[in-house]
Parts: sequence; structure tokens; C-alpha cells
Amino acid sequence: MLRAVMPMVAVLSLVLLPHPGRAATITTLKSLKLDVPTSDAMFPAGPGSDAINNDCLACHSADHVLNQPSLSREAWQEVVNKMIPAYKAPVSPDDAKAIVDYLARTKGAS
Amino acid sequence: MILQRSSPPWLETPFEVFDKGVFTPNDQHYVSWHWANFPGDIDVDSFRLTVRGQVNQTLSLSLKDILQGLPRFDIAAVNQCAGNSRIYAVPRVAGAQWADGSMSNALWTGVRLKDVLDRAGVKPGAIQVRFGGLDEPVMQGAPKFLKSLAIDHARDGEVMIVFGMNGEQLPLLNGFPLRLVVPGWCGVYWVKMLNDIEVLDQPDTNYWTSTGYRVPDTPHNTVKPGETGFKMVPVTRNAPRSFITNIRNGDSVPAGTPALARGIAFGGDCGVARVDLSIDGGKNWQPTQLGADQGTYGFRQWQAQFTLPSRGTRTLMVRCTNTKNEAQPDFGIWNPAGYLFNTIETTHVVAA
Repeated sequence: MLRAVMPMVAVLSLVLLPHPGRAATITTLKSLKLDVPTSDAMFPAGPGSDAINNDCLACHSADHVLNQPSLSREAWQEVVNKMIPAYKAPVSPDDAKAIVDYLARTKGAS
Repeated sequence: MILQRSSPPWLETPFEVFDKGVFTPNDQHYVSWHWANFPGDIDVDSFRLTVRGQVNQTLSLSLKDILQGLPRFDIAAVNQCAGNSRIYAVPRVAGAQWADGSMSNALWTGVRLKDVLDRAGVKPGAIQVRFGGLDEPVMQGAPKFLKSLAIDHARDGEVMIVFGMNGEQLPLLNGFPLRLVVPGWCGVYWVKMLNDIEVLDQPDTNYWTSTGYRVPDTPHNTVKPGETGFKMVPVTRNAPRSFITNIRNGDSVPAGTPALARGIAFGGDCGVARVDLSIDGGKNWQPTQLGADQGTYGFRQWQAQFTLPSRGTRTLMVRCTNTKNEAQPDFGIWNPAGYLFNTIETTHVVAA
């Protein structure tokens, strides 16, 4: 992206516009209702996708994983290893291997 | 907002918001939750905040008790995720791939935590205060999200229980109806939907306090990738940072003509002493003019006039020095979890 920065003369009038926070007097709070965001997106199909869909999506949506950088197999193994004892991800040893293989194949780096 | 994760939500503030002023609009304040299981429906009449543990009197406070029964306090403070800027880690690391937008500043309104603790009466022997919200783990046996502060920190008169954010009630995703605000400390401590305060006489051993959110105990919390043998300590305070907000990487700047650089800075756990600008990749630095001080822990605007002498590619850099005389480092910060990045920012431009 190439944007032109305005020369000084054009921005002199814009000097540090304050955008003050307002400490308005709050006297009561109103009950709130919001549809908390959810996602039913699944992982792209392939070897191991059943395991990762079944075992990981209860706690976090697939975009959590899909937005991760490419990582080494060892790094993915560490991620999966952390999810099981620390966050109680319901992952059997066979599934853990399938998930690490899936991640190394789809989001791998040497 | 930039959608980093749908559930539990990770929403990043778009960077251009930071050029518009020091206070981040409420609907653009970044959002980060650990567990997907939190209510989307909160009734203000039945909500209660419990204060229990090593206190003389257990409290169950209604929102009316908090809004009408305690002295009010306002403070401007930056809420910054410990993992802000993780996407710039080299090599990359797992975690929320935030650019620079998991930080936001607001004017917070509420009551001092100290006043609430004093009302309950802290017993001698109290050492920590632990905070919990309405969010619950999804899997059975997983650790509820809790964070603790040392008792003296909790009673320092600055840590707050807030119900107001820039003059309005908190948005639900930012922790409605009550949120802990720990000025100068990472956002992980700013427990959302706060409904439980427990005064402890033993060190908190829960996962999030004793195991999660760790950095190497080295200068600037940085290590070499693969390095081992260092001690890990909890993330705590923010470090000084500064950004150019009106010029982005790849922009064209007129050569030989005065131009304006403008941005924001924050000192971390103290105020901004100075912000310096370099137009030659860090060889020489010029002071910038600071905008109004709108709170020690908040963003501070800065601006400077500069002239790129000739055509070609140029490297702009900006460096904050805080009031404890701590300056941003000129080397990369790296640790295994990608926390507390505060390397001097670099903006590559073309003088044309």
C-alpha cells in the first residue's frame, strides 16, 4: 500500500485534536443482553479432521487454530500437550497423534 | 474490529483508531476472553459481588451498593494484553496473533478496591486477593479463570472496581457490569464480569496465577529461541511503548518539505517522560512535543515536525522513555509465549 502523507502545511490545523474521555455521572446500570459470538465452522476436511473437529471445538472455534502461524511439528506437539493437562481437552492418545499430524500437515513449518 | 477468534472472542482494535485520540471508543476497545462459557444476559438487580475469605465480614454487594454507597474514583489507563504484538515475534509463536491492537485506553469510573476491602475488614495475615468473574471453564475440571494480586497492591488506592468506561456502562464483552482495573498492569489481571473477591492467607495456587502467563526472568524478559535454564516469572506490569499513528509502512512522504509525525505513547506502569523520533533508522533522535497529560497510565499523544532531506527509502523510529527513565529497547524482544513485546517501532517510508 502506498499512501501519500500530507505535507506539513496541510495538517497544521489538525494539531493534536483532543478526544477526551467523559466521566459522565453514571447513576444506574441497565441490564444487558447480547448474543455471545459463536461459530459452527469446521476444520478443512482431511486426515485427522474428525479428531480435531470432535476434540477441540468445544472450547474454541476453528479460527483460533486457522489464524495461527505455521509452526514446527514440535511446536504443535507442545500446543496439544498443553491443551490436555492444563485445559482438560478430551483428547485420547490416538487422537492427539492424529491432531498433531493434521496440524503439521496443514499449518506446518520446518 | 479485527476478528482474531470467534469463540471465546478475541477482537482486535484496528490500528487507525489510535490516530484519532488517546481514548479508544468503547465499541472499538479490544476484547479477549479465556473461556467461552460466560453469560450474554446480565440482570442488574440480581447481580451480586461477593467479598469473602480473610475478612471480618463477608459482603454481598448489589450494583446499587457499589454505585451509591462508596466514593467514586476515575482513572485513565491503558488495558493491554500481555501478548500484544505477538504476530511480530521472530520466530513466530503460538497464541493470539495480535498485531498492535490488543491495547485500548479508557477513562474508567468506579470505586477503589481498597474501599471495598476496608468495608469487609481485611484480617491480619492476608497476603493476596483473588478475583473471579462470571466466566466458567467449558470442560469439567479445567481451571476457572482467576487472578490474584498481593494485598498491598490490592490496597494501593489505584486498583479499582469499575462500572463506567468513557462515561458509559461497560459493554458486555468488556466485562459488564463490573471489571477490575489494575492501572499499569497487563490486561490479564483486569478480571471481567467480576463477581467474586477472595482474600487469601496462603499463596494462590490456581493455574492462571501459578502457572499461566509466564515470562523469562531476564532483562526485558527476552531470551534466544531454544535457550533454556532461565527462571519463569508471572507477567505483571506494562513496559513503555510508542507508535507513529499517522504514517504507515510503505507510505510516501515528500522529500525536502516539512511533514508531521504524530502518535501515541504510554509509560507502562508510570507516566511518559519523553518521546523521541528518528528519521535515519535510529542513528539520531529528535525530541517530540507531548500532548496534554490525560492520566499517568493512559495514552499520551506526541507530534513532531521532520524533513526527509532527499529522495529514497527512509526508516522512521519512535522511542518512549518513561518517568522511571526506562526507554524502549532497540533490540527484538522474544520469549516462548510472545509476551511483553516493546521493541522500538520502525516505519519504512519512501521520501518522494
